[in-house]
Amino acid sequence: MEKTFIKALSDIVGESYTLTDKESLACYGYDSTPELESKPGVVVLPGNLEEISRIMALAHDAGVRVTPRGSGTNLSGGSISFDAGVILQTSRMNRILEIDEENLTATVETGVVTSALHREVEAKGLFYPPDPGSMNISTMGGNVAENSGGLRGLKYGVTDDYVMGLKTVLANGELLKTGGKVVKDVAGYNLNQLLVSSEGTLGIFGEITVKLIPKPKTKKTMLVHFPQLEMAALTVSHIIAARIIPATLEFLDRVTIKCVEDYAHVGLPLDVDAVLLIEVDGHPAQVEEDAEGIRQICERHNCSFFQTAASADEALKLATARRVALSALARVKPTTILEDATVPRSCIAPMVKLIQETAKKYNLTIGTFGHAGDGNLHPTCLTDERDQDEIKRAHAAFGEIFDATIAMGGTITGEHGVGVAKKKYLPKLVGESGIKVMRGIKGAFDPKGILNPGKIF
Amino acid sequence: MDYVKLINCMRCGMCLPHCPTYKETFLETASPRGRVALVRKFQEGELVDTEQFLEYVSLCLDCQACASACPCGVNAGELVAEFRCEKKSGQGLSIIENAILRQLVPHPDRLEAATAPLRLYQLSGLQKLVRSLGLMKMFPAALGRMESLLPTLPDAPLRKTIDEVTPAQGTEKGTVGFFLGCVMSLIFSEASLATVELLSSLGYKVVTPKDQKCCGAPNMLGHDFEGVKQAARFNTDLFESAAYDFIVTDCGGCGAELKKYGHHLDGEEKATAFSSKVRDISEILASESAALKEKLKPLNLKVTYHDPCHIAHCQGIRSQPRALINLIPGIDFRELPEADACCGSAGTYNIEKPEMSDRVLARKLANVEKTGADYLVTGNPGCLLQLKKAMAEQLPQVKVIHVTELLQMSMNAKG
Repeated sequence: MEKTFIKALSDIVGESYTLTDKESLACYGYDSTPELESKPGVVVLPGNLEEISRIMALAHDAGVRVTPRGSGTNLSGGSISFDAGVILQTSRMNRILEIDEENLTATVETGVVTSALHREVEAKGLFYPPDPGSMNISTMGGNVAENSGGLRGLKYGVTDDYVMGLKTVLANGELLKTGGKVVKDVAGYNLNQLLVSSEGTLGIFGEITVKLIPKPKTKKTMLVHFPQLEMAALTVSHIIAARIIPATLEFLDRVTIKCVEDYAHVGLPLDVDAVLLIEVDGHPAQVEEDAEGIRQICERHNCSFFQTAASADEALKLATARRVALSALARVKPTTILEDATVPRSCIAPMVKLIQETAKKYNLTIGTFGHAGDGNLHPTCLTDERDQDEIKRAHAAFGEIFDATIAMGGTITGEHGVGVAKKKYLPKLVGESGIKVMRGIKGAFDPKGILNPGKIF
Repeated sequence: MDYVKLINCMRCGMCLPHCPTYKETFLETASPRGRVALVRKFQEGELVDTEQFLEYVSLCLDCQACASACPCGVNAGELVAEFRCEKKSGQGLSIIENAILRQLVPHPDRLEAATAPLRLYQLSGLQKLVRSLGLMKMFPAALGRMESLLPTLPDAPLRKTIDEVTPAQGTEKGTVGFFLGCVMSLIFSEASLATVELLSSLGYKVVTPKDQKCCGAPNMLGHDFEGVKQAARFNTDLFESAAYDFIVTDCGGCGAELKKYGHHLDGEEKATAFSSKVRDISEILASESAALKEKLKPLNLKVTYHDPCHIAHCQGIRSQPRALINLIPGIDFRELPEADACCGSAGTYNIEKPEMSDRVLARKLANVEKTGADYLVTGNPGCLLQLKKAMAEQLPQVKVIHVTELLQMSMNAKG
């Protein structure tokens, strides 16, 4: 990377926020995606929107490529610079600018950590539902760029259901304002929604305005064991069919149950096929009624165990198995490949079966857990990056799993994004015309192709 | 170093929000995930140990908050410490490190002898004179910092004056061996006396072997594995553990180290038996809460609690000290935001890395101020030293005491 360019960057953000030493470049060469790594040419940490604008104008003139990065928790390689370009880290921009209690909105800088926003709004009796697994460190900018989901997706939707307004820096440094605090807005194309899940390829978010809702008054947590997978899956479908929408409806399969029990000793039986963690929230009377309805449905489907938490402490205990699922799996072997294949809710049982059969066929350990309520599953392959043969088999297995997902009418990624990791599967899902339209949009926003190049398609 | 431990890091980033230096800098190189990556790349030959490299690695406080947060059981703090240990064993320590960590602290006699002039320095009024004339400015910055951390010392080290056997009050319930930490003995003897009084009042006979030596933690900081092993052997033999129901300490740092003796001595039976009997004082007292509660009288105080790294992260003890504080009638307990974040003391870190230590400490102070508490309670002498000095200078309305001192205060209160 040219010295004059680096000097110009440091004139914008200051020397201490322009990193070029070998150690820093090595540490910004990865995100949370296994197996992917590539060193950037320089790392900058802007402190405000104007600095992002000036960085982009500079990069645009020089034709240098820029990859935005929040806290580096991306799971599809989206925040890695694969061509020794600029990594633009946003975590210094971490101010919550406003919580508007009349319009029920919050406006934040792009680097605000998701759970920090949760804490602030919940202290005011308000609620920002999206809760991705990485919420304690993921940034709001990253959540918008990836359209992050979470455990509460079934009832409350995902990030894109809450984004109302954005201030985005375009590839040439210009500022684009979209949306705002109004609920209804049909002036022109819905650019907000276009920018959500653009994975840093269309612009860099500087400020984000999100919708808030009143915090649910109460919640109830239930843990249910099922000897048979099909019965657990049917239970999920029948709960929804009974017009009950739980806030959380999570699932653990047999492999995950065993790993959780080995690790946390929470008393899960090893002879059951599935465990469901169910949470209903809302008005106390409604919560009681829903919980009772769920109990009856679970019993009708031959659950072998049903427990409702009597207190907040007990609720935490019941949720332990789900909470530690990823940890328990990740400890088994050094490398953990966490995927997010998503199918229509009705296909959960066949999908889990297919994952288990594929694992067997390729002689792999794959544990599956996830958001059964919205069909978003996390088949997690436990492997070792030093075992090239096993890694090859893992990729082949996931290839088959994604093909099956598409055939069932699902998607290759529910919440992690395409990035580079899922790039080869995207054409199968959206077809040639889909890719063509996406390329056209990319060209309109970023004709020089300098924003997070090589991602999505 | 075991390479598998390094590649177990799946780079999820869950450690980042818990790392004090990351929270201050937002730099990946100052995060546990970054440090593991650096060490890994060093092992793989991609990076070499340049001055810059070592600077990044040595910014770690070794508070192990990252270990508590890691979903896959990687202890980045320990890995980095181990790496520095391996590096340093070839290079040797800085003069200050060597003097403090190897020559002085692990030897109670030398330490006591060395602190005698300090006692004189304070008693004679010389300290006041030096401070008021600003004479410390003539000495190296690190020495000035050390001087400023010094609280007023008790008249004599507790190790010299404490009774070897303190009988149980009432019916004897059991016998505990009291492991008296060096800093507790030298500086915070009142807290340790409170520890003994509490144990005795609950029916425990307390035996404090006079010959006990340092737990070995400073040797570890000084990258002296052999010294650690020697300390472990000596103390295990001294506390012939069969004689005690428990071995109790009121020093978080000692407790964390003593619990690792089994590990240090490669699972030797005697050492493992010793380690399994070690309890932090809060663990023992919390298990006696019903009996203790009867002895406690009201204290109308606003109290908050700082989790020492060596107690919360290294020993996983969080609920017990809080439960003990809440046993006291009339206490208004206020949870401290980021209670388990390091206070910046971290062994000799506050002397070696003053700038970062001060930033970490400033965050702690701001959080303490938010609680509006008038007592800050904790359980480790390193934290007591750091926080007492900081509070005296910046939040003089907040008193800093050991959890046993608070309980003693309640036990001896009127009414």
